[in-house]
Amino acid sequence: MSADPFQLGDLTFTSRLLLGTGKFSDSATMLRAIAASGAQIVTVALRRFNRAQPEDDLFGPLSRLPGVTLMPNTSGARDAAEAIRAARIARELCGSRLIKVEIHPNPQHLLPDAIETLEAAKVLAAEGFLVMPYMPADPVLAKRLEDVGVASVMPLGAPIGSGQGLGTSEMLRIIIENSRVPVIVDAGLRAPSEAAHAMEMGCAAVLINSAVAAAERPADMAAAFAQAVQAGRAAYRAGLMPRRATASATSPLTSFLKEETRNLRPET
Amino acid sequence: MKVHVNGEAMERPAGETLADLLAALGAVGGRVATLVNDDVVPAAARTAQTLAENDRIEILTFAGGG
Repeated sequence: MSADPFQLGDLTFTSRLLLGTGKFSDSATMLRAIAASGAQIVTVALRRFNRAQPEDDLFGPLSRLPGVTLMPNTSGARDAAEAIRAARIARELCGSRLIKVEIHPNPQHLLPDAIETLEAAKVLAAEGFLVMPYMPADPVLAKRLEDVGVASVMPLGAPIGSGQGLGTSEMLRIIIENSRVPVIVDAGLRAPSEAAHAMEMGCAAVLINSAVAAAERPADMAAAFAQAVQAGRAAYRAGLMPRRATASATSPLTSFLKEETRNLRPET
Repeated sequence: MKVHVNGEAMERPAGETLADLLAALGAVGGRVATLVNDDVVPAAARTAQTLAENDRIEILTFAGGG
């Protein structure tokens, strides 16, 4: 198949699977999963330096991965001001302009705060960040975020880590139809088939973490997601047939035995 | 002098620089970001940043996250 890149601001990527680095049992498992996924964008979180384990550090191994761009998130931020501060710190730390704006004030459901997310996106986009907002699957909010200059919109499929799948697919359809920036489904997916479905609908990419990290064999699951994303994208580009309410025969229905006695009706 | 490092009170030599503090804690190289009293201090400015009584220092790094 021909090269099929997508753009985030002025950056071009060919892998449409973005991978999170949370919840892995150890760094070696995480690095194998990243390699198997083919991901060119991996997310990381900020946390306080741990004096007791100064070598327990992800940045070193991740920064040595060829062809991988880090996308820090602002997880832990409860409002726009905290997210903006986290974004600036993250850029100081890794130099990447990609920032996943993630503001979820309630640890019970981790659902994103639309108002604070829009405010943070506006400020950070104006500062030159490539803003990737984790957001509710709200078509109106998606346009408002686009208006303030985000590089993509990242509506959730279901709550973070829930594995409930594409519960928001009808809203995602409207977002995709109207969006001028890439739509990336972020959060909630469990199975590669769900990622394929998202891609068939026209999502530009999917962001997966728990579904890979919490799988029995993370690297194998990462490879499965990579194949599903490619298959879903190929299907989208090939153009799915229209859905019909009735059957439509694929084989001739004319009888070759007693054609003269049959009362064939035209299909409705 | 007393300073607060990642929320923890610490006794440090008067006039210590941020770079010295990082070295003492084993947080060397470009792998950490630093803030003093909520302001980001870029790596290049750490040797010139002298700490003062009651400064709040945050030392941050990356961890796994989605």
